[in-house]
Amino acid sequence: MSTEAHVDGNVLGGMLMEMFGAEMTDRRGCCGDCGAINTMGSMHVYVDAPGDVMRCPDCSAVLLVLTRIEPVVRVNLARLAWVEMTAD
Amino acid sequence: MALISRGFRRRDRVEAPPERVPPGQYVTADFPVLSAGPTPRVGHEEWNFTLTTVDGTERTWSWDEMQALPSETITVDIHCVTKWSKLDTVWEGVSLDTLLAGLGQPGTFVLIRSYGGYTTNLPTADVVEGKGWVAFGYNGEPLAPEHGGPARLLVPHLYFWKSAKWVNGIEFSNSDRRGFWESYGYHDYGDPWLEQRYRGD
Amino acid sequence: MVGTAVPRRLTWLLAEVVETIDETATARSIVLHCPGWSGHLAGQHVDVRLTAEDGYQAQRSYSIATPLDSENVTITVELVDDGEVSPYLIEELRVGDRIEVRGPIGGYFVWEPDLGGPLQLIGGGSGAVPLMAMVRARVGAGSDTPVRYLGSARSVDRILYREELERLGGEIEGLSVLQTLTREHPEGWTGLTRRVDVAMLEAHAYAADEDPLCFVCGPTPFVEAVATALVALGHAAERVKTERFGPTGG
Repeated sequence: MSTEAHVDGNVLGGMLMEMFGAEMTDRRGCCGDCGAINTMGSMHVYVDAPGDVMRCPDCSAVLLVLTRIEPVVRVNLARLAWVEMTAD
Repeated sequence: MALISRGFRRRDRVEAPPERVPPGQYVTADFPVLSAGPTPRVGHEEWNFTLTTVDGTERTWSWDEMQALPSETITVDIHCVTKWSKLDTVWEGVSLDTLLAGLGQPGTFVLIRSYGGYTTNLPTADVVEGKGWVAFGYNGEPLAPEHGGPARLLVPHLYFWKSAKWVNGIEFSNSDRRGFWESYGYHDYGDPWLEQRYRGD
Repeated sequence: MVGTAVPRRLTWLLAEVVETIDETATARSIVLHCPGWSGHLAGQHVDVRLTAEDGYQAQRSYSIATPLDSENVTITVELVDDGEVSPYLIEELRVGDRIEVRGPIGGYFVWEPDLGGPLQLIGGGSGAVPLMAMVRARVGAGSDTPVRYLGSARSVDRILYREELERLGGEIEGLSVLQTLTREHPEGWTGLTRRVDVAMLEAHAYAADEDPLCFVCGPTPFVEAVATALVALGHAAERVKTERFGPTGG
């Protein structure tokens, strides 16, 4: 993947914590498109668009999309196949 | 109500005549780069644009073929759903009317496709009759990749997420199929003057 | 992994600015008193939220620069060109002001002495902030984990925590500090003078067979280049933890 204007899942740490009720950046997640497993904190995240887009670092598939359409904050589940609730 | 931060304000407000600023927008002198994914890098040699009609007929233009078509320079205001507006932006591109010439009835809706997988949907009526372009020049320069170059769709009367960056094709259909942001809750039409940001607005 | 797995609600707290410290011409540390702070580990960050009078809100994440210090949380903010939040935090915010903060956030990019080492820290620009928290935690805990810190900055006046790192590098057994400058260096500069690359890591970083835990932080292009280089040198990908601050560094 090209060196890009993305950040990583650490920036969504607060949102992930609100959603799952636990610290999630060190939890593993699996891409439903290519099967790659990475920690949520190392997924690629594109911020500043009309929503925050989390993508697989290996194949760029959209894993989830966070939209803030006031007052609703929605986590749109896309190609994130699974995420573990326990850390290694 | 959240705590007001003493002395904090949105940066880059530029004064502008109110009749040119849709509700909820502020005018900026910047040109923010907003991306939902990695910037595709497409060279002119590989670039093409495909128009697909309702019956599945395809017409494809290479970069050179697109450049050989009559193009126009237009000055328009653009409005992003994230609330910034930029006035008097200057673009160069080929009108979709030119691309559609001679193709008869094209179908009521379009799905726009881009390199990198981005899509957006629009009514056909909103990209024809002087309302839409395939734009490859901005401010007298070739359109930069971070702003959608080599070419992007330009449909300035709607929120700018409809002006798909890195445009690669337009598919006509008689049914409205949702594109990327539309499938995540953004409005199917997106008129900034009616503040149609989200579905249901 | 570390004990950050306790589920809890993350709410916005009203933090009061109790001190500001000019770190460089373009960076400032802000000490925030956060009543009810539940504690944090080195490497974690906070989200800061600002609200303008017209209701406009902006939110950014900032790494915590110091280890746990009761309810005081220190962040270091670097000025981002054309930024919206950093100019406010650096130029406008004053002692006595209150801002909304939530955290700590981060379970992946954290270090505490129990995790051991050796510890290889590589930071570009403001990527130094969470790494400094790790250095300060290691020193404050009296841990004997060996640490090598490699910082990269454009020029000497932009190196964060330069004096403190130099002093600690000289005083603390098992801690070594190296800085490299990528754009300009003053006469008499005895540090390194180019972008971090494979050769520099080979010469100065722990070798892969020493099995260090590596933390790499900074602008996205920096992190990608350094992480790729570490993996090319044989470090296991799971031992290389990264945090990207975006193209401009935060």
